[in-house]
Amino acid sequence: MNTLDIKHLTVSIDGQRILKDFSLCIPKGEVHALMGPNGTGKSTLAKVIAGHADYTVEAGEILLDGVDILGQEPDEIARAGLFLAFQYPLEIPGVSIANFIRAARRARLPEGEEINAVEYYKELYAKMDALKMDRKFTARSLNEGFSGGEKKRCEILQMSMLEPQYCVMDETDSGLDIDALRIVADGVNLMRSKQRGFLVITHYQRLLEYIVPDRVHVMYDGRIVHSGDAELARQLESKGYDWVKQAFAAVPA
Amino acid sequence: MTDTDIQNQAIRVDTEKGNFKYPEDYAFDAGVGLNQDTVKYISEVKQEAPWILDFRLKALEIFERKPMPTKWADQDLNNIHFDEIRYYLSKGQVPSRTWDEVPDDVKETFERLGIPEQERKFLAGVEAQFDSEAAYSRMQEDLEKEGVIFVGSSEGLAQYPEIFRPYFGKVIPSSDNKFAALNSATFSGGSFIYVPKGVKLKQPLQAYFRINAENFGQFERTLIIADEGAEITYMEGCTAPKFETATLHSAVVELVALKNAKIQYITVQNWSSNVFNLVTKRGMADEGAEVKWIDCNIGSRLTMKYPGVVLKGREARGEVLSIALANDGQHQDTGAKMIHLADNTTSNIISKSISIGEGRSTYRGQVYMPKHLKNCKNNTECDALLINTNSRTDTYPAITTRGQNNTVQHEASVSKVSAEQIFYMMQRGLSEGEAMSLAVNGFVNDLMKAFPMEYSVELKRLIDMEMEGSVG
Repeated sequence: MNTLDIKHLTVSIDGQRILKDFSLCIPKGEVHALMGPNGTGKSTLAKVIAGHADYTVEAGEILLDGVDILGQEPDEIARAGLFLAFQYPLEIPGVSIANFIRAARRARLPEGEEINAVEYYKELYAKMDALKMDRKFTARSLNEGFSGGEKKRCEILQMSMLEPQYCVMDETDSGLDIDALRIVADGVNLMRSKQRGFLVITHYQRLLEYIVPDRVHVMYDGRIVHSGDAELARQLESKGYDWVKQAFAAVPA
Repeated sequence: MTDTDIQNQAIRVDTEKGNFKYPEDYAFDAGVGLNQDTVKYISEVKQEAPWILDFRLKALEIFERKPMPTKWADQDLNNIHFDEIRYYLSKGQVPSRTWDEVPDDVKETFERLGIPEQERKFLAGVEAQFDSEAAYSRMQEDLEKEGVIFVGSSEGLAQYPEIFRPYFGKVIPSSDNKFAALNSATFSGGSFIYVPKGVKLKQPLQAYFRINAENFGQFERTLIIADEGAEITYMEGCTAPKFETATLHSAVVELVALKNAKIQYITVQNWSSNVFNLVTKRGMADEGAEVKWIDCNIGSRLTMKYPGVVLKGREARGEVLSIALANDGQHQDTGAKMIHLADNTTSNIISKSISIGEGRSTYRGQVYMPKHLKNCKNNTECDALLINTNSRTDTYPAITTRGQNNTVQHEASVSKVSAEQIFYMMQRGLSEGEAMSLAVNGFVNDLMKAFPMEYSVELKRLIDMEMEGSVG
């Protein structure tokens, strides 16, 4: 049961259907990429998996290691092992990165256990160094005044410190220059393991040159219309999304 | 709460907070209601010098004459029934109850705030006196060596009139406002402190040790004089909720910082939710002196408090750092007053308020810089955080600045903890309550650092507890 298994998911918001009979299975140990034109439901999928309350799930299930997480609170889903790297990370004024991550870690500890400060900081600094983040950032308020690149690196830092089972990355590459992209990709690649599954949601193929996926899925009109290997991503890049629309618009739901 | 409820509370006790009992035989009973006889009685019991009785009676006259400030203040003030309040309680009269009678939620609060055993009984009204004799006498010995005077208001005026009388009622005259007049007529308890020239006290002085049966907290009168070059930090109140039977608290605090002296006055107020807390606090700073108010208001039904500094001498500095938290049924009406009367004076006001549920926070700030002054500066920052949609916040800045070379800066913000911020934090594994607490603590973080460590740890716990009810 080492999978994040999304089965026949139909989701709407404000009466409008976004995901239509969407299915996708991500096993631990694999990196799956999800690509598609804008407005096709990629971010909605990410939020629904994370348990965002704004969406109405009309049908389907999401099984995380065999347990249906639909209807659970976002924090329950998180503690079950899901991490969502946000497309637009939120600012939390007055809460430092160090304290925030420590609070997130503490939330997962059994009652009464405490975090060893020395070990915590050792680990935090090591991971910040790997992501080429200035150590002074630990004292800065979470995401406040950060550039796009800094925000995304901060997401990867949190992901690295919380060691989730499944990582959903929502357009992590948007707003990043080549150097930041490489650093982020390195951070993600360091986390690849048999114990972890990744869903990389991206609009552009560029990121996937650095984070080479095991499977690539193309999404259109609320569901997956085509799947392939890493080569599919390059095909999309050269042919463009119009190709997808033409080839798959006719495919019945 | 209906008018009847209020009256009931004033006459008997607040039955909501558990069973309090007044003892049957009264040694000293000033009775209910306020008139000349009540005031004379109080003065007699304390065996005061005639000038003090005179002071009280004049103040009573002012109190009776002045109207309620309900034109601009919360109409809730009309729910105070002056003729049904007890204005003086002595040792024999303090209400009490047994530990068993203390409600469970009160006990739980103490537990969660980590209040020591001894203190719990006092705070819950089981014991009338905080038994800290040992700590108190040790402290007194140390202070005596330095020539510091630390006594109650009655002792201060009786034993050291040459020190305290010159300033008593000068920083805050009885006519300042209706409630200063009330306090001036009925005051009892509070701290009178004198720090000699050049003495810089390293340890903060705490009001706590001086709480006894008589200092019931209703009409405390505090006067702190720091002579030239002296330094003192004074701490008042505690994070633990004090379960009070008296519904009206009207304190007056006067601070006098002579040349190059520094006074820092820290208050944590967490009165129970039936209390009207109407306080007048003002400091006077001479040349090169500094008066700093650090204020945290969490409890009470209605708090009206505008700590102020009169910057009398050149280069004087005044500061007010204030945190207020208003929950359901509460109104924290706070702010600051900075009156610049000399060149090169600076003032700083930072106010952070949090409104939860149907709580209401108000900021009133007055900054005054007249035309003939030069190089005066004020910086004001007031930030409000609204947690729920029915929470309310109001800001009333009154800034008067004239002259060519003075600067005033005022920044205000109102924010909410957004659903998206909460979702983001929950996605990291924090529960909704934990996320809210974190966001709120982040909001007050800068100011929290100004409080001494013991307070900031307790304050954080207190805020977390207040937040719990608000979520969902």
